[in-house]
Amino acid sequence: MQKYSVFSLIKNAFSDHQNWEVAWKDPTPKKEYDVIIIGGGGHGLATAYYLAKEHNITNVAIIEKGWIGGGNVGRNTTIIRSNYMHDDNALFSEFGMDLWRKMSQDLNYNVMFSPRGIINLAHSDAQMNAYSRRGNSMRLNGIDAVLLNREEVQKRIPMADFSDNVRFPIFGGLMQPSAGTARHDAVAWGYARQADSMGVDIIQNCEVTGFDVTNGKIVGVRTSRGDIKAKKVGLCVAGSTNILAEMLNMTLPIETHLLQACVSEPVKPLLDHVVTFGAGHFYCSQSDKGEMVMGGDLDGYNSYSQRGNLPTLQHVLTEGIAMFPFLSKLKMLRTWGGIMDMSMDGSPIIDKTHIDGLYLNCGWCYGGFKATPASGWTFAHTIAQDRVHELNAGYSLNRFNTGDLIDEKGLGTKTWIS
Amino acid sequence: MLYIFCPHCGSRSQNEFAYGGDATVKRPELNKEISDQEWDNFVYLRKSPRGKHLELWHHISGCRQWIKVERDTSTHEIFKTYKADELTE
Repeated sequence: MQKYSVFSLIKNAFSDHQNWEVAWKDPTPKKEYDVIIIGGGGHGLATAYYLAKEHNITNVAIIEKGWIGGGNVGRNTTIIRSNYMHDDNALFSEFGMDLWRKMSQDLNYNVMFSPRGIINLAHSDAQMNAYSRRGNSMRLNGIDAVLLNREEVQKRIPMADFSDNVRFPIFGGLMQPSAGTARHDAVAWGYARQADSMGVDIIQNCEVTGFDVTNGKIVGVRTSRGDIKAKKVGLCVAGSTNILAEMLNMTLPIETHLLQACVSEPVKPLLDHVVTFGAGHFYCSQSDKGEMVMGGDLDGYNSYSQRGNLPTLQHVLTEGIAMFPFLSKLKMLRTWGGIMDMSMDGSPIIDKTHIDGLYLNCGWCYGGFKATPASGWTFAHTIAQDRVHELNAGYSLNRFNTGDLIDEKGLGTKTWIS
Repeated sequence: MLYIFCPHCGSRSQNEFAYGGDATVKRPELNKEISDQEWDNFVYLRKSPRGKHLELWHHISGCRQWIKVERDTSTHEIFKTYKADELTE
């Protein structure tokens, strides 16, 4: 594989950038693989990469219905954070933060990781108390957390509404300085390029149509490009998990919902951090191009449509304008939607299943992108060793039977309410 | 914007409604001995199909009645709506 560096950039400039190697190949599927990963999104690509890198398993295929990076890894708001209170979430995400920090070097691909800090705004004394508790829990788990008062918030985001008669005055906020953003497409492409170079077959435009299970053991996958045998199969298809589960006669604690995001026209740099509104569901950051990147609530009813509905967008942006009044002056550039696995306790599932050799990675709710490296790393471990790693032990499928729920937000099973 | 036909009020915009989730989930019968597994399945498991989905909506800014709506989860087409106690096809 050609190494990307300033020298390769200069060298290729002399030939008008016409002679770059392809970043990954377009192979036809083989008859059999050791491991098949279904889903060529961020998590699937990361899983294949860590299978090859950490476990030396390279006879691997990634099967993707569309094109790699065309699903949620290309549809998110690029936020990376580990500001969780519960141990399972906090330790898992913080492990991921380490991988994020090293990712550009590790993949020899600039993922533009920008640890600009996230501020969760508080709008009441009670919320300040809750944030102080969450911040303390984070610090006990070795994650940086700073409780900001009103003046400290105002210093960092003076454009927020600090005027007198506002409905939700800003009391302060909880900040994780090490949180940030990254270029989402680059994450998918970086993982794909490295996985491909280590021998992983990335097979696009290949839809799974069924599974071959014999005596409780997975033996292969049926696809639109023929049957492929496999010793192990990993499902990494958040958003479409229920569709594949139905083929396997499994019913999961997951509902599929649509989440919208949008960007404004680009403006000069004015927002240094990721900021979330505390009295509703709205978050905002500024991209390197200058666009304000915004998101918020789910559309609110089961959906597989990958495109959003106006009432929700209107509601979310109303919250945005309450937080940052200047947003009302901006024009909208783009809106889009992605479909989410909403799990019944708000936390993901990375586990084995009752079928031997079949592994499940799903239920990412609002937080799939930031989990990409940690999810791939732990899922690769779970597949390679046929047992969960301690980092994803809490993300078990049977926690819904044992009662060990990880209900970070305590929302219950009405997954569409936020 | 979805337009939902409320069997009590007629066609109204989605803004008047609150979603109530999968209407096919059945609570186990009262006073019947059931296993923990059956109860967990009722509380947590959802089919969440792509295609036809029977779901509950609450006409919260209208007549405040619960209704059942048969809707396609990929096209958002609404096929039929029912009163809450009405039998569905």
